[in-house]
Amino acid sequence: MIRVLVAILVRELRLAARIGAGVELGIMFFLILISVMPFALGPDQKLLSRLAPAILWIAALLATLLGLDRLLQADEEDGVIDEMLLSACPLEVIVFAKALAHWLVTGLPLALLAPLLGVMLAIAPAAMLPLALALLIGTPALTFIGLIGAALTVTLRRGGLLLSVLVMPLTVPTLIFGVAVVREAAEGRSFATPLSLLTGISLIALVVSPIAAAAALRLTRG
Amino acid sequence: MLFSGVDVTLAPGDLVTLTGPNGAGKSTLMRIIAGLSPREEGTVDLDGGEADNDPSTYLHYHGHREGLREALTAWENLAFATALYGGREAAVMPALERLGARRFAELPVRVLSAGQRRRVALARLLAAPRPIWLLDEPLAALDVAGQELIARLVGEHCAMGGAALVATHQPLGIEGRALALRGFQ
Repeated sequence: MIRVLVAILVRELRLAARIGAGVELGIMFFLILISVMPFALGPDQKLLSRLAPAILWIAALLATLLGLDRLLQADEEDGVIDEMLLSACPLEVIVFAKALAHWLVTGLPLALLAPLLGVMLAIAPAAMLPLALALLIGTPALTFIGLIGAALTVTLRRGGLLLSVLVMPLTVPTLIFGVAVVREAAEGRSFATPLSLLTGISLIALVVSPIAAAAALRLTRG
Repeated sequence: MLFSGVDVTLAPGDLVTLTGPNGAGKSTLMRIIAGLSPREEGTVDLDGGEADNDPSTYLHYHGHREGLREALTAWENLAFATALYGGREAAVMPALERLGARRFAELPVRVLSAGQRRRVALARLLAAPRPIWLLDEPLAALDVAGQELIARLVGEHCAMGGAALVATHQPLGIEGRALALRGFQ
């Protein structure tokens, strides 16, 4: 089981290094959205810094959604999902590893980049680390919730659109508490409550979504 | 309904060739046996071992989609397959060698021809040994030498007590039972 987990991580990182797998697309999108925001909102720095947490989180959410349709679909097209179903390793573990690898190359870079980009949005210095922390804890929830949608739409040729529609409502709680962490920190208040709720959502997603995604993959065989 | 009343038993050493016109349901039958497609009724049983044994972990299914990612090399694809199937990574190179695919082991699958890909995909059967082989058109795209090689490998597998169900339009040239699906009447 551990061997399969490691094999999947190595393979996904290799693929990401060679063909990108939509990785650069998500990060570029994140960069572009955040760089143009100050131009669009004008020179009011107070307004910008008040909106910064929301902008950063929306950008992270959309960047994550962008890459999700490739999470399982490339393997489906090449018949690798069939192979995974014939493995003695539980499918739940396999899809968990797939999503974890996907997060390492899409979600993690966003969390690391966000504090730097926060400067461009005039975010309060006190909120920088909480922002990185919130994204570090919150982006896995986005990826893993997205995993369920990716599994359900895996056999559809243009499943990306349906995938976004399916996943979007489920990501709203993550967005709310993620933004709350940064806002509370920026205003100098304690952000323990939203951070605990965000962590809770993430942990639930880590456990529940591989089970749901594996069930969805079995359903889509036909 | 695609077909009904199909009954096939694979004992150790059995080779069954599955024939029938296009669309008769050969691939579907294989996918049902592998547990990759749903069935309306009927059962797929594995005798021996524990009662709750899942047949799908004892078989190889080789279908039209070959399970190779183009950006990875032949070796990387197979090493990953051995991890999934519980084989040894050290067995990958000998398996590629046997299939005549050693030369392009380090090339990305993207640059390989259809026949070369087929050889790489079939090397999986040797790299991660499993008792039951379900091969759907394994001879397609292979040259004459390749077709003979596959027939020989299937023969050896059965001689060692394995079982194989092979869907094919060309005769394999070795002893075996035949199951013919007639298709729609």
